[in-house]
Amino acid sequence: MTFMAKPKLHHPDLQKNSLGYTRRDYEGTISTLCAGCGHDSISAAIVRACFELELPPHRIAKLSGIGCSSKTPTYFLGASHGFNSVHGRMPSVLTGANLANRDLIYLGVSGDGDSASIGLGQFAHALRRGVNMVYIVENNGVYGLTKGQFSATSDKGAKSKRGAPNNDEPINLVGMALQLGATFVARSFSGDKAQLVPLIEAALKHPGAAFIDCISPCVAFNNHEGSTKSFDYVREHNSAVNYLDFITTKPEITAEYEPGTVQTITQHDGSMLRFRKLDSDYDVNDRIAAMTYMQERQAAGEIVTGLLFIDPNPQDLHLHLKTSAQPLNGLQEDALVPGSAALAKINAGLR
Amino acid sequence: MLQQLDRVGGLRRVNDFVVKFANVNGSGSASANALFAKAVLRMGVAATPRNIFPSNIQGLPTWYEVRISEAGHIGARGGGVDLLVAMNPQTWDKDIGSIEPGGYLFYDNTKSLPEEKFRSDIVVIGVPLTEITNTAYTDPRQRQLFKNIVGLGALSALIELDPDVIRQLLAEQFKGRDKLIAANIQALEMGRDWARENLDCPIGLTLRHADSVGDRIFTTGNDAAALGAVYGGATVCAWYPITPSSSLAEGFARHCGRMRVDKATGTNNFAIVQAEDELASIGMVIGAAWNGARAFTSTSGPGISLMQEFIGLAYFAEIPAVIFDVQRAGPSTGMPTRTQQADITICAYASHGDTKHVLLFPEDPYECFEFGALAFDLADRLQTPIFVMLDLEIGMNERLSKPFSWDDSRRFDRGKVMTAAELEAGKLFGRYLDVDGDGIPYRTLPGTHPTKGAFFTRGTSKNRMARYSEEGVDYRDNMERLLRKHNTARSLVPSAVCRQSETPTPLGAIYFGSTSPAMTEADALLQDNGLSLDLLRVRGFPFGDEVASFIDSHDQVFVIEQNRDGQLRSLLINELEIDPKKLTRILHYDGTPISARFIADEIASRVGKVAS
Repeated sequence: MTFMAKPKLHHPDLQKNSLGYTRRDYEGTISTLCAGCGHDSISAAIVRACFELELPPHRIAKLSGIGCSSKTPTYFLGASHGFNSVHGRMPSVLTGANLANRDLIYLGVSGDGDSASIGLGQFAHALRRGVNMVYIVENNGVYGLTKGQFSATSDKGAKSKRGAPNNDEPINLVGMALQLGATFVARSFSGDKAQLVPLIEAALKHPGAAFIDCISPCVAFNNHEGSTKSFDYVREHNSAVNYLDFITTKPEITAEYEPGTVQTITQHDGSMLRFRKLDSDYDVNDRIAAMTYMQERQAAGEIVTGLLFIDPNPQDLHLHLKTSAQPLNGLQEDALVPGSAALAKINAGLR
Repeated sequence: MLQQLDRVGGLRRVNDFVVKFANVNGSGSASANALFAKAVLRMGVAATPRNIFPSNIQGLPTWYEVRISEAGHIGARGGGVDLLVAMNPQTWDKDIGSIEPGGYLFYDNTKSLPEEKFRSDIVVIGVPLTEITNTAYTDPRQRQLFKNIVGLGALSALIELDPDVIRQLLAEQFKGRDKLIAANIQALEMGRDWARENLDCPIGLTLRHADSVGDRIFTTGNDAAALGAVYGGATVCAWYPITPSSSLAEGFARHCGRMRVDKATGTNNFAIVQAEDELASIGMVIGAAWNGARAFTSTSGPGISLMQEFIGLAYFAEIPAVIFDVQRAGPSTGMPTRTQQADITICAYASHGDTKHVLLFPEDPYECFEFGALAFDLADRLQTPIFVMLDLEIGMNERLSKPFSWDDSRRFDRGKVMTAAELEAGKLFGRYLDVDGDGIPYRTLPGTHPTKGAFFTRGTSKNRMARYSEEGVDYRDNMERLLRKHNTARSLVPSAVCRQSETPTPLGAIYFGSTSPAMTEADALLQDNGLSLDLLRVRGFPFGDEVASFIDSHDQVFVIEQNRDGQLRSLLINELEIDPKKLTRILHYDGTPISARFIADEIASRVGKVAS
């Protein structure tokens, strides 16, 4: 049995958000992943982001594929509907769910095997359609549940736990997301909560296809010397271009920063992203430059993290399909059934 | 060649013959062919056209066969053709060979052909179509297009196809484009005049006004099914192009464009996504239906193969889905443009593990519409995939059927969906609890209630409260409930239609889908020869009690199918525990539609064997 409910006892002084929810209300069941797994840190970051954004938990739908990462939706947002679908196919299920009800927030959780190997096609097509979602890949470069095989994001030359080298070129999901037209592209590291939580918040507020590639070391199979996805390796090679500070709909406050080091982006819904630029030349609104920058730094052995690209006025699939503002799943007979008179006309046209 | 009209005593038939047009794909023949069939219908004579075409866009041979039958037979007759319109030199020899003795050959004799290219037992009618059109037109495109209309004109004089009806159809078709109407009528008259001046009109095959069409409509099953999806409340369609099902999704888009755009806002009360493949199509359908929208995909055999894993998920996680399978000849790529009923087994037991699915078998456009709409109610009621099993024969060919009907008081059956109010009132919610004993649990839709009713949908084993469980007792409990639910479906699918012979008979015949009109005609042929059959048309799976009792009450039952392995027969044996000896296979699977003569001949010869 791997279902373990968390005790519901709360500390009476636990902080509540304006909806009256505590952080505990955004949690799920107890994780069954290995102690120290990077994925648990991402789950915690999701819990915190949703709490801080004051999202009603039941208005979020969480979807996943198959694998260690895809198990995590049971460990957060226990009051949300979840869907653990089939391997590599979360994006299509999420797309369909989104078509049915545009009013919910869609959080897709996947892994590197799920998205870069078996599900590479669905990953690509969901992004190019501009499905309004947060798509997080918990990227550890390895198959955990089947005990340590390389995944398609493993770097060439990286060594397995048994010392075997990976000879295949890695798939760069961030590069693909940029190329495929995702309107929010970020990379982060599960060990860097300060960077990750605001990125998730910003992605949740982004009204388009938001993708976060989150390096998340596998303590059981990919945290050794020679791995390029270990905690130590990622810490040493992490090259952050920026740090999001917060996201808010309130007027910005910028006094405490040096001029030129802070950028504010106002999104469609009026929310503002403010971030500190660590590389003063980096422009988060330039898709082409982002691709070039990332390729250059990757060639230099760095792992570029931060918000890499954002389109503040994204389009999404519903806009392209001109779907009604009212969710399709709420439409009734009056809006859907043309009736017998229309059918009589159709019959007449077929004689 | 006119003299041969006298030399051979040609067939003499009124309102009962088969005309076949041999064309080149992409030569503009399709519209003239359709005009021919429609004109026969407007004369009140049942006409059933069939497109016989290769998997190709331009240049290869295609055929358009029209069964004309005042008696109302719309299935394939079988045998040769009575009148062949040979417009394709590539297939000349094969086409000439397909004519019934005493039949007629209509061809373009602009270039003379050697004597050995003809048969002596047919009537040959040469019309210099190329010469006529080359003289009348200078533009090569016009020469090509009007050649078809000139040919139709000549043909109309030969078989007494009412020219007023053709003129009327041209006026309707090109309404508002008077020049085009006039040009077409001119070409038509050119052909008529030439034939009347140079040939002995009419030939032995003629048409006369009749009343065998009535108020019936003339359309394709794919379009009817698409309309059924509109009336059934489908809002999400995810599909991947595949012959012969593409026109179903495209039809849905066309109907929605006319009838599902909100007048006030101009926004769409539907969403259609052409997915990247069939896996994504069914994935989107499942995601949408999980979230409470009525969703469907349309596909054919290869798509069904690709969807297997997702179908298993929808079965096990209990998510509604509607799948229109327009069957074609398999296995593998098979014959993409030929018809078969060969996906019965793969749909009935789709995906790994123990699964059983609900299938519907429409016989014609009327039922494609009816079952198309019904499928969405069944999917929501049973929370499982529903397969609507069309085939190329009914999907892509226009045929006469009863007009569509709709009761405006009809409401969607959304099935067991627990509401926020019910949750708030404290009603117990367990996603996989069998509260009503019919195996169907309650579900909640995402976003319903702030604190109650959320659950985790998964393809893994779970207990009644939707929690992950690998306990054998939980697994079995769930699998047995799924079986109960499947049993419940037996009374919800359309029941089989029985047609008793006037005299008691120990012989029965079971058939389904597009076989229907050929079976009806075969039955009449057999009756004429003194052989009586009781007929049972299966319309759904799981089978209702009436299927088992029909088999029980007959000594020998023929199972007529369009596949090699007798897939429905296997399903009957497997699910109803029928003695296999009792069920005799009648199988037609060469990719052509099953014909009345084939069924009648096969049954007649088997009855001999049975008796011995």
